[in-house]
Amino acid sequence: MIEFSTWDILRNLLLATRWTILLSLVSFVGGGAVGLLLLFLRISKRKAARAFAKYYIELFQGTPLLMQLFLAFFGLGLFGVDVPAWLAAGMALVLWTASFLAEIWRGCVESIARGQWEASASLGMGRLQQMRYVILPQALKIAVPPTVGFSVQVVKGTALTSIIGFVELSKAGTVVTNATFQPFTVYGLVALIYFALCWPLSKSSQILERKLNVAHRNH
Amino acid sequence: MSLIEITEIRKSYGTNEVLKGINLDVEPGEVIAIIGKSGSGKSTLLRCINGLETITQGSISVAGAQLIDDELHLKALRLKVGMIFQQFNLFPHLTAGGNVMLSQTVVKKTAKAEAEAVARKMLDRVGLGHKFDAYPDELSGGQQQRVAIARALAMQPIALLCDEITSALDPELVAEVLAVVRELAAEGMTLLMVTHEMRFARDVCSRVVFMHQGRVHEIGPPEEVFANPKTPELQQFLGVH
Ligand SMILES: Nc1ncnc2c1ncn2[C@@H]1O[C@H](COP(=O)(O)OP(=O)(O)OP(=O)(O)O)[C@@H](O)[C@H]1O
Ligand SMILES: [Mg+2]
Repeated sequence: MIEFSTWDILRNLLLATRWTILLSLVSFVGGGAVGLLLLFLRISKRKAARAFAKYYIELFQGTPLLMQLFLAFFGLGLFGVDVPAWLAAGMALVLWTASFLAEIWRGCVESIARGQWEASASLGMGRLQQMRYVILPQALKIAVPPTVGFSVQVVKGTALTSIIGFVELSKAGTVVTNATFQPFTVYGLVALIYFALCWPLSKSSQILERKLNVAHRNH
Repeated sequence: MSLIEITEIRKSYGTNEVLKGINLDVEPGEVIAIIGKSGSGKSTLLRCINGLETITQGSISVAGAQLIDDELHLKALRLKVGMIFQQFNLFPHLTAGGNVMLSQTVVKKTAKAEAEAVARKMLDRVGLGHKFDAYPDELSGGQQQRVAIARALAMQPIALLCDEITSALDPELVAEVLAVVRELAAEGMTLLMVTHEMRFARDVCSRVVFMHQGRVHEIGPPEEVFANPKTPELQQFLGVH
């Protein structure tokens, strides 16, 4: 039997960590874009658009991410579409992230005083102009801490994609364990790496929150 | 033809009818004070005139154009009619100058340099030329309200709607805002203002509208309305006898 040094184990895990990071980034950026679209639908003047976004959000928040991954991976397979694991993982995570970000951001937009909408409307601005120049600049400041905080959930969410065979950090942990029979060392290292990814994110979310509260309130 | 023609407008919230058939014609340059008890529909009337609320029945026309509830018509209307609010509603993330410039550049597509020149002129006009770079939370309430007036003026409206614009101010700050309004009136701006400043209404306004339970209950020149109220409701409101 081949001997694995701790360094060998760590090196393999770190290589897989790249995929965790990449998948997290894709989910977060893609989810942010889809989430912004959902946000606009959610607060639109059209009833149908609002309803669509509301049910979308409820559906994706109300079912386990694991089920969404299974459906993306196996569901599309039923229709003869062969979905590679990375694509199913990326898609499911983007859609899932979008539902949470849209809802976080909606709360921020709705916390902006109604007078801001009325004043900008009375100056002749259209809805998109109001959003772009008056509402979002104010909402963004409030949105930064919870958004950064949620990115931690995205990173941890990527671990589930190991189940459909995407080789990221968790999956690599399982593979390496099977080869080394050192589960405690391996999973200990896996946990440490996750912690190293997530801790700075949640810490900076806290710091941002404090900063934005203390800083001159509005600008 | 009057500048603003309000004909038989009605407005309900659910089953609660707040405006019950209002008729009012406003001539260019008129200054109209709207008075009445809380809940009589004064704010609702102003908000209907610039389309912040949609009317249930009746018609409103401004400078010959009918008020129609779609974004294009509303925008055209709001370019003609500005509104000042009780709570100022300045944009807190922009400086005083930025507040006055924003709608010019965004709505009217005015070039930035020109918008800035207009903003400086309008801020000067309300006595705040030196506060161009100050943020709203660095200004007193009276100053904020004057910036809000400058912001509305920058769109070159033909009429201004003012909803209790001094009610949120400390007593010592009321005068500076009223002075600006008085000046606008003297320059011939058409004004519709909901106010509790009876002295001001008496001195400056051409007509006073007394609203009661969603109707125009009494209307006339201030001398008449204040000195000689006809209805018991207005007498009670003014606290005579
Ligand atoms: N958005 C709304 N939804 C439901 N009812 C409303 C709404 N806005 C106003 N009302 C009702 O309409 C009536 C008239 O309100 P309005 O604000 O026009 O009164 P007002 O004369 O301006 O009173 P105040 O002097 O207190 O400002 C009130 O009974 C109020 O409860
Ligand atoms: Mg009112």
